[in-house]
Amino acid sequence: MLVPASMNENTTVESDSKESHISWYLRGVRRCFSVPGLVLVSAFVGFAGLAREAGLTLPQTVFMTGVVWALPAQVVLIGAMIAGNSLIAAAFAVALSSVRLAPMVVALTPEMRGPRTRKWVLYALSHFVAITSWVLAMESFRTVPRDLRTAYYTGIGTTLVLVNMGVVATVFLLAERLPLQVSAALFFLTPIYFLTSLWGSARERAGHVAMVLGLLSGPVFHLILPGFDLLAAGGIAGGAAYIWHRIRLKKGADT
Amino acid sequence: MNFDTFDAWWWPYLFILLAGWLATDTWRYLGVYLGGKMSDESDILVFVRCIATALVAAVIANLIVFPSGALADSPLALRVGAAIAGFAAYLLSRKQILAGIAVAEAVLLSGLYLIG
Repeated sequence: MLVPASMNENTTVESDSKESHISWYLRGVRRCFSVPGLVLVSAFVGFAGLAREAGLTLPQTVFMTGVVWALPAQVVLIGAMIAGNSLIAAAFAVALSSVRLAPMVVALTPEMRGPRTRKWVLYALSHFVAITSWVLAMESFRTVPRDLRTAYYTGIGTTLVLVNMGVVATVFLLAERLPLQVSAALFFLTPIYFLTSLWGSARERAGHVAMVLGLLSGPVFHLILPGFDLLAAGGIAGGAAYIWHRIRLKKGADT
Repeated sequence: MNFDTFDAWWWPYLFILLAGWLATDTWRYLGVYLGGKMSDESDILVFVRCIATALVAAVIANLIVFPSGALADSPLALRVGAAIAGFAAYLLSRKQILAGIAVAEAVLLSGLYLIG
């Protein structure tokens, strides 16, 4: 933790001064140089390898990283491009893989908003919401004065996006010269990162059930329903997990 | 209309904007709009999270079982074994993502170098 423990929500700091905005922005920047930040960089190293293998160019991949800024969505988008899916089908699959962003932003916005925060600032900052920045913000906001949380989150968001755009570009240039085993290890980073972080980010047991069912049904639907495998796995495995959740709730209510 | 439909330089970028940016930021903007109005414990959100989690899990499994590129030549059993070892290490280390990644990569790389 880089912020002093005494800085809590009730702290009356001179938050209008430019200096405190800059200093909290910089604390946000420094917050990224941590284990979650490093893991994200390693996942983007793997993503850059994937994009390069899929035939995307360096500017296209850097552009995608900046404008989409959600690794699962980017992986789904690349998958749809490789499979030759139509624009509509690709957008639908990406949208479905990104539904989770809405509840994440719903949870973050009330914590980030101060009494004088302008709406457009919240809309602009929401673009930076993805698993890593969300976890960092939710962990640290308690220690940030309310008026300065937007400045702090701007520090986290801009740093993660810009650093990883740079990482993607660098890997793109270097990947050609890597030995086969090392490229294979890089490709393996993305699934392993999500395998672990997805488990950790689940809110309820149903999330773990959905994850296990999704892992098992993904390859099955890939074989029997090519082209619709992700939608089928998401709908059927996710639906089954939700039904499990309802039955469990009902049982709990009955006893 | 797919990614290869037009040979123009701008088409891939437009494709990424429509299928990527629009399809993700719409949810974020909706989240800001709804922020505070909806409880994060709401039952609809549990359903939404289940679908989203299963979908991302399916993407992960397909990346491991049907990989492209340099991973495609490695044996399926090695990839699945490395993923399981990494996930076990993650759980045993009290959810240290780095431990999971390190073990999975160590298993994968030792396997690849042993095979040659």
